[in-house]
Amino acid sequence: MMAFPDIAPAAAELWMAIGAMALLVYGVLRGDGSTRAVVWMAVATLLFAAWLVWSHAEFAAVTFSGLYIADRFGAFAKILVLVGSALTLILALDYLEREKLERPEFPVLVVTACLGMMVMISASDLLSLYVGLELQSLSLYVLAAFQRDSVKSTESGLKYFVLGALASGILLYGASLVYGVTGVTGFSAIATALGGQERSVGILFGLAFVAAGLAFKVAAVPFHMWTPDVYEGAPTPVTAFFSLAPKVAALALFIRVMTGPFGGIGDDWVGIISLLSALSMLLGSFAAIGQRNIKRLMAYSSIGHVGYALMGLAANSTGGVRGILVYLAIYFGMNLGAWGVILSMRRADGKLVEDINDLAGLARERPLMAAAMAVFMFSLAGIPPLAGFFAKFYVFFAAIDAGLYLLAMIGVLATVVGSYYYLRIIKIMYFDEPAPGFVPLNGTTGVVVAAAAVFTLLFFLFPAPLVGEAGLAAVALFP
Amino acid sequence: MDWPILSTLTFLPLVGAVFILIARGDAEVVARNARNIALWTSGIVFLASLALWINFDVEQGGFQFEETAPWIAEGIGYHMGIDGMSMPFILLTTLLTPICVLASWTSIHSQVREYMIAFLVLETMMIGVFSALDFVLFYLFFEGGLIPMFLIIGIWGSDNRVYATFKFFLYTLLGSVLMLLGILWLYFQFGTTDLTELARAGIDPYWQQLLWLGFFAAFAVKIPMWPVHTWLPDAHVQAPTAGSVILAAVMLKIGAYGFLRISIPILPDATVTFTPLVYTMSVIAIVYTSLVALMQEDMKKLIAYSSIAHMGFVTIGLFTFTPSGIEGALMVMLSHGLVSAALFLCVGVVYDRMHTRLIAEYGGLVNRMPLYAAAFLVFTLANVGLPGTSGFVGEFLVLVGAFQDTTLVATLAATSVILSAAYALWLFRRVVFGALTKAELKDILDLNRREVAMLLPLVALIILFGVWPMPLLDLFHAPVENLIEQHELALNGLRGVGATLAAQ
Repeated sequence: MMAFPDIAPAAAELWMAIGAMALLVYGVLRGDGSTRAVVWMAVATLLFAAWLVWSHAEFAAVTFSGLYIADRFGAFAKILVLVGSALTLILALDYLEREKLERPEFPVLVVTACLGMMVMISASDLLSLYVGLELQSLSLYVLAAFQRDSVKSTESGLKYFVLGALASGILLYGASLVYGVTGVTGFSAIATALGGQERSVGILFGLAFVAAGLAFKVAAVPFHMWTPDVYEGAPTPVTAFFSLAPKVAALALFIRVMTGPFGGIGDDWVGIISLLSALSMLLGSFAAIGQRNIKRLMAYSSIGHVGYALMGLAANSTGGVRGILVYLAIYFGMNLGAWGVILSMRRADGKLVEDINDLAGLARERPLMAAAMAVFMFSLAGIPPLAGFFAKFYVFFAAIDAGLYLLAMIGVLATVVGSYYYLRIIKIMYFDEPAPGFVPLNGTTGVVVAAAAVFTLLFFLFPAPLVGEAGLAAVALFP
Repeated sequence: MDWPILSTLTFLPLVGAVFILIARGDAEVVARNARNIALWTSGIVFLASLALWINFDVEQGGFQFEETAPWIAEGIGYHMGIDGMSMPFILLTTLLTPICVLASWTSIHSQVREYMIAFLVLETMMIGVFSALDFVLFYLFFEGGLIPMFLIIGIWGSDNRVYATFKFFLYTLLGSVLMLLGILWLYFQFGTTDLTELARAGIDPYWQQLLWLGFFAAFAVKIPMWPVHTWLPDAHVQAPTAGSVILAAVMLKIGAYGFLRISIPILPDATVTFTPLVYTMSVIAIVYTSLVALMQEDMKKLIAYSSIAHMGFVTIGLFTFTPSGIEGALMVMLSHGLVSAALFLCVGVVYDRMHTRLIAEYGGLVNRMPLYAAAFLVFTLANVGLPGTSGFVGEFLVLVGAFQDTTLVATLAATSVILSAAYALWLFRRVVFGALTKAELKDILDLNRREVAMLLPLVALIILFGVWPMPLLDLFHAPVENLIEQHELALNGLRGVGATLAAQ
């Protein structure tokens, strides 16, 4: 009989699983009226899980027969996912209540999605990778279609599901090829197997399919087609959630798969990643220019940002991974704030608006809200001294170190193109004639947005702690 | 450790900006408080910057008031310090900011709070650029200045402001992003981005050329040199008066300062290689933009083109590598800082009254505005470079330096003396002299006390430095000598020797 596995390294995941089930039971028993309570309890669950991860951050272990790995890299990404999701839930609360979406399933699905992300981040086997990915994806499909009376939302959910399932299939097919060639599914076992033998065509196909599946999940060009539609159709808090936590988890998984099992054959995948990165940066910059809907615009913006993050992966070094982690953390801060403002784009009569021209003259109606949004936009564009500049700085840093001059050059030029559409939002808010004003930010949203703005503004003063932590996390991946 | 005076100066305006941000009350009260706080803050910063001059050691060629602190990584630190080449520009910035606040006192009436915050943030960025001795820090301030300027032109500018401000922002950003990659490359080659250490690094000549072109893109757009100057006339025309003042007087100098602080010391071989290119572009700028300036119908546009021509003088002077050429270039930069600021203020004075900048709408102002005419005359003559004004000293020295290097360039550059006289005096004649025939101008008022307070210091300084330029030239001697000495040593493959000797 097999020994009972050591469950201590996965304490946070277990807590999340039990928490999700308990919340579901509570929500079902108490009915829709309990949504607010369930949201706050879900926030508490997520934050407690984050604390659990934090307190064991220096702990490194492999358990569940090699399916699960706990390390500093995982801890960094998980804390980002958990704290980010908790903040997104807080932002969502007001929206859910106003749009009559008060159903306790919402926070529960967020918690199960986060659980899936944590398993993804900690996967050290193709099987646990797939299980985590599917748990996350299935929760997200439902969330996208959460506003079930809205055609757009159901369309978005269905589209996401069909395309997501296809991507999962591609990924699984790649995994099966890898298994077929190497005969193992554990990451370290695959790495060992690949180290010894001649490189077969099978492994290249497997690698390409796995990379394509993961590229779909992070929405890198040319696997990005679903993003704008899903982002536009899903309820806004769900879109905000999509653009944050799942991105972090999928990128973390991407990093782990590429540097772990395929770490030895870096020459074969650096080209793939560089291409994905360059295409994403370019498309993210150019395609966003024509967008009128703020959610679609943010979708293209997120595609572009994934391109920059992938540049760090293309560098295939600790510096590169550190760059991605710093990028993700900063992206989280500024994007969360931007979504807080977007969620508050509501006229005095309660009507929600999504057209960027509705922001016209916001600076005169709601100066602080506009100032915060301007900070986020300048930061997303990567203008110093705001945090977004440092995000880009560290990935360019790694890219130059790795000798990826052409990629870095494409990156900086895409920055200039990209800054145009961020500036356009500032132009609409500051230079155009005022449209009817929005309702003020509500209390909790205001706090989150203000905190994000302060973080974005003042990051340049103390970059060392975050960068240091990210550096330690990156070192964990390259033993 | 001594009091960190440079950091204090740099970040003091931000303190004022925070105070303005938290000002409460109805719009009227906030606007009044914002103006007062901005004036007081910038005034205090100016007085504090005078302390910099008083405590400055003119004899020393190296950096003074140095401050270091760990920042981003090993080798990328917070390093501030100034020498005789950067100190006057800090003073120029701190002098012009309160004047700009005064110039905006009544002409800006919407979103005054945001306006004043933007100006104070801009002041921080500009002082920072001139004090930064770390390349990343320099870049941070260099680019950071774009944000407030983008907003100043875009929010408070004239009709076509959106086009102008986007053009300004994207041009400058495109120019400077390649510099960032160059900075990172330098870091990985030499493990530092400290400008003082990079100057001793000894970079392979092939790479020097690539880096030089990357940095050149950033600085040439900022200066701006022909043919990447087209953003400037648009930005100047559309910006509010104070925005044009800062843009012309300080921001254009940042590009030339970048050559002096970065390209020349760090990349000496490439600098020599590309000197003919710079000469060509500068001469074209001088002749072409002066001719273009002649034909302008908009006063601000005319001054904008004249700025490009003057900056052509600066770049010629810098690349002569003679003491008089470089000192002259610095002198032209400072003088142009005062003169162009003053000219834009003069345009602002009549614009506030008549709301037009078209030359044809004016004429005969001397009859109603004698004080204004007198001040305008001083500035016009300084712009032409009449002996006795600060404009003459710099241009003369540049021409002396250029003659030592190449007669051809000097001869062509000297045509500017005639051309600038043509466009500047013609502008003055059309606007100020003649009979006052236009009905709208019949009851135009002369300068009020606030406007006199704005223009008087500039008149005084322009004449003072015209007849007694020694205080400024003394500042330049030691660092310029050091720069040229290092440059020659570097070209002979003896980099760093002189610095070691000097340190002993």
